[in-house]
Amino acid sequence: MSESRRLLSVLFTRTGLVAAIVLALALSLCPCAVAQEAEEPVVEGAVAPIAPPTDLEAGDTPSDRGSSVTLTWTPSPDEETDRVLVYRVYRSSDPETGFEQVGRVAAGMTTYRDGGLIDGEQVFYRIVASDGETESPYAAVGPVASSPQWFNSRRANAMVGTIVFVIAIVYFVNAAKGGKELFIRRLAGLDEIDNAVGRATEMGKPILFISGLSGISDVATIAAINILGEVAKKTAEYNTRLIVPNADPIVMAVEQEVVKEAYAKVGRPDSYNEDDVFYLTRSQFAYVAGVNGIMVRQRPATILYMGMFYAESLVLAETGASVGSIQIAGTDAVTQLPFFITSCDYTLIGEELYAASAYLSREPVLLGGLKGQDIFKFIVGTLVLIAVVSATLAALGVTANDPITPLFVTGG
Amino acid sequence: MRRQLPLTLCFIAGVFMAVQYFIPHWRVQDTYDRFLIWLQIIFAFAFLLGTVSLVKVHFHKIRNRAADRGYSWVVLAGLASMIGLGFFAPGHNDPGSPFDMMFQNVQVPIEATMFSLLAFYIASAAFRAFRARTLEATLLLIAACIVMLGRVPVGDLISERIPEATRWILTVPNLAAKRGIMIGVGLGMMATALKIVLGIERAWMGGGD
Repeated sequence: MSESRRLLSVLFTRTGLVAAIVLALALSLCPCAVAQEAEEPVVEGAVAPIAPPTDLEAGDTPSDRGSSVTLTWTPSPDEETDRVLVYRVYRSSDPETGFEQVGRVAAGMTTYRDGGLIDGEQVFYRIVASDGETESPYAAVGPVASSPQWFNSRRANAMVGTIVFVIAIVYFVNAAKGGKELFIRRLAGLDEIDNAVGRATEMGKPILFISGLSGISDVATIAAINILGEVAKKTAEYNTRLIVPNADPIVMAVEQEVVKEAYAKVGRPDSYNEDDVFYLTRSQFAYVAGVNGIMVRQRPATILYMGMFYAESLVLAETGASVGSIQIAGTDAVTQLPFFITSCDYTLIGEELYAASAYLSREPVLLGGLKGQDIFKFIVGTLVLIAVVSATLAALGVTANDPITPLFVTGG
Repeated sequence: MRRQLPLTLCFIAGVFMAVQYFIPHWRVQDTYDRFLIWLQIIFAFAFLLGTVSLVKVHFHKIRNRAADRGYSWVVLAGLASMIGLGFFAPGHNDPGSPFDMMFQNVQVPIEATMFSLLAFYIASAAFRAFRARTLEATLLLIAACIVMLGRVPVGDLISERIPEATRWILTVPNLAAKRGIMIGVGLGMMATALKIVLGIERAWMGGGD
């Protein structure tokens, strides 16, 4: 009996020793958990670690030039308690090591676009939520690689619209070529150009043509140059002086060629004077001072303002009115239109500027383009009406959602 | 050939510029960026053309003893002095240099003066526009009075409804009209660009076939 008791005692002692060693090892391996467990009742305000974001996904950024990956995630639940200030994004080419921070986004955001990658090269991402000092455990994703796209699907609607527009223009241009009669409404300002040139001829005074302050890359400037070509033909026919001061050297070079060609076309190449199409200055109000000086000294019979204008529009137009010139303006600058309407005799509003060249030349092919433009405008107007009805019905709760309006939103 | 070459170049460049809007691939976008750099280079050279044109026009006026040749002397003197100061004076165009002093103390005040003239021109134009001779002019006058009053504190003192009416005028009828014009402008731009790219519109080349 005593023997067996001694044996049990040794056994328990040894078992206890082993258990103590295992417990000590466990304690050394997981001190926090044990410490938290041990101290929980004692330490007040002990804080649990921040919860990480979840559902982390990474993929090639759609419809981009390449070299970028977009990450999306579900926010950390701790955002609700305002513990999360920022998400930090780490990247590595190895799933286990070498992660470096590549970006950070504020709490509330759920996407991050990482650029500067090499297309086709696989990378791994980790994202953590942070309160500024400590970080949550990470959420990981990968491998993922970036690649460039050949079509921007977010602009598919714009492409459809462009194709319909091109078809409409080409159809009516061909119809006009076939001799179909096309009705174009009267534009009083353009009808008046003939009279204005005649008036200048009778008075023996020049015509001043101002093509705005924009460069050659502005379509309004190109429209102005088209009109200048037609006006130059008329001034060449009447042998009236045409003065064209420029604010852009490239526009000046193009306008010199246009006027020269127009004079040659009506058989008066010798009447062209290169000094009448000249460069003034690029500076906005220095240009105004120069043009106003020409107006006051030359007292032109007619002044044409065609193209893109800014704050100088009223100063120019009022000076022109004060010297008694007939003034015809045309611009697509919506903010400057009221000034021209107030100070000029005739004003081409917006799209009329672009129609002017076709209207003046009366070439059937160009008029066909105008007709195609009108048809497309009708289509756009109809679609806008449908979208307004759809959005209104959705807003009033008659329909569950608005399926039409998003179709017209174009992505970047 | 003299006409076909520019038309072909215009077609290629125009189609590329239209197509690049729908192709985000870096090869296409890098080419587009390169085109824009070319534009800047051309513009830099074109400035030389502009300067030559300016000098030539005023030189001819002086040589021909034109009536207003005095202004031409002022232009050429100003041009020569600014070029001289920019290239040869100490500090070139650094802050505090003679060039910078001339720019800050001569050109900037003169331009500011020209800009400030706008206030007087607005007054004279408003006087002409607001004469209530027709129904449209009367409506314009009423709308303008409401908008002007709604933009200053005294409007709110007269009636709280004036600022509300101002907001309504600006965001409903005014914005609707603006957007109508802008849709037309957008389509006009596209049509003009398309006609030029396809070679239908050739007035920019002086017209003709």
